[in-house]
Amino acid sequence: MFGVHRDRVKRRPPLQRIVQLCSAVLFNGYALGFRKGKIFTGRSKAVCVPVLNCYSCPGALGSCPIGALQTSLGGAGRRFPFYVLGLLMLFGIVLGRAVCGLLCPFGLVQDLLHKIPVPKLKVPPALDRPARYLKYAVLLVLVVLLPALAVTGAGVAVPYFCKYLCPAGTLEGGIPLMLADPALRGLAGALFNWKALVLLVILAASALIHRPFCKYLCPLGAFYSLFNRFSFYRMELDKSACVGCKQCERSCPMDVEVTKNINGGECIRCGKCKAVCPTGAIASGFAFGVKGKSANDWRKSV
Amino acid sequence: MKSNRPAAAAGIRYGLLALALAMIAAGVIRGEQLEVLNKAVRICLECIGIG
Repeated sequence: MFGVHRDRVKRRPPLQRIVQLCSAVLFNGYALGFRKGKIFTGRSKAVCVPVLNCYSCPGALGSCPIGALQTSLGGAGRRFPFYVLGLLMLFGIVLGRAVCGLLCPFGLVQDLLHKIPVPKLKVPPALDRPARYLKYAVLLVLVVLLPALAVTGAGVAVPYFCKYLCPAGTLEGGIPLMLADPALRGLAGALFNWKALVLLVILAASALIHRPFCKYLCPLGAFYSLFNRFSFYRMELDKSACVGCKQCERSCPMDVEVTKNINGGECIRCGKCKAVCPTGAIASGFAFGVKGKSANDWRKSV
Repeated sequence: MKSNRPAAAAGIRYGLLALALAMIAAGVIRGEQLEVLNKAVRICLECIGIG
């Protein structure tokens, strides 16, 4: 028992957790907003952050790319959203889903909830595999098609994903603002109750299943997954050093087949496979050159 | 064929990077960043579950 305690005291937070915490603070650095119940109105909000981070969070210093994309598609001008889509592509091609694994504050929330010591649920592959495609449907229908096509009488479209599904908006924006502002609390009705229910279900599911929102619903994760295979930041498996023990696959929170498809769309580059590999066959890093880089090359460069 | 794979992947990588930068530049020239700013500096009632 004492040994267990000593082990806990000695354990340092993994690098992933430190990076996640730093980015959550960096993207939501306007601390005064939480006290005043007001949102930041500086010019940095013209730039989208790479993560799902509500621009109505009192601390948010940048814009949510999914909210901005819906606004651009559903605005009165009906213009092709070059700026937002370009930024999303830039984040996707540079980092891929490392954004999800290392930078996203809502990913951090899910990771922390999964640490709660309750029995964990393994979703059967027959249900898990088709359910992974749901996030692409959310991206296509709620983020692109409905805002682009379903226009209200005023000539603008509603941000459907933000309004009906986004749990980050409720957690980071709705709850802090309502706690600070009684007038906003008075306006909360059926829609807020619905969004609070969605948030509660996702938070409760996060304790049982690892990152359920990232796996099944997040439209931003769906977008970045399209770039994972080509992104500059990538994982590499040195097949000559791999002993086939499959510890990497057992430790993967996203259930990626690491030995077969290490840069597949579901890998969030959290680095857990790399940490458990007994032979150091897995590496991660930026690949700028034309030649394929082996895990050994990466280890040497680090 | 197999030896061309890394070169092809690098070509796609740099091509997509160039396309992304060109799209951002086109958007900035059209002033799309101001539309993003305009939306982001007001409380989004839909996002927080009110409107």
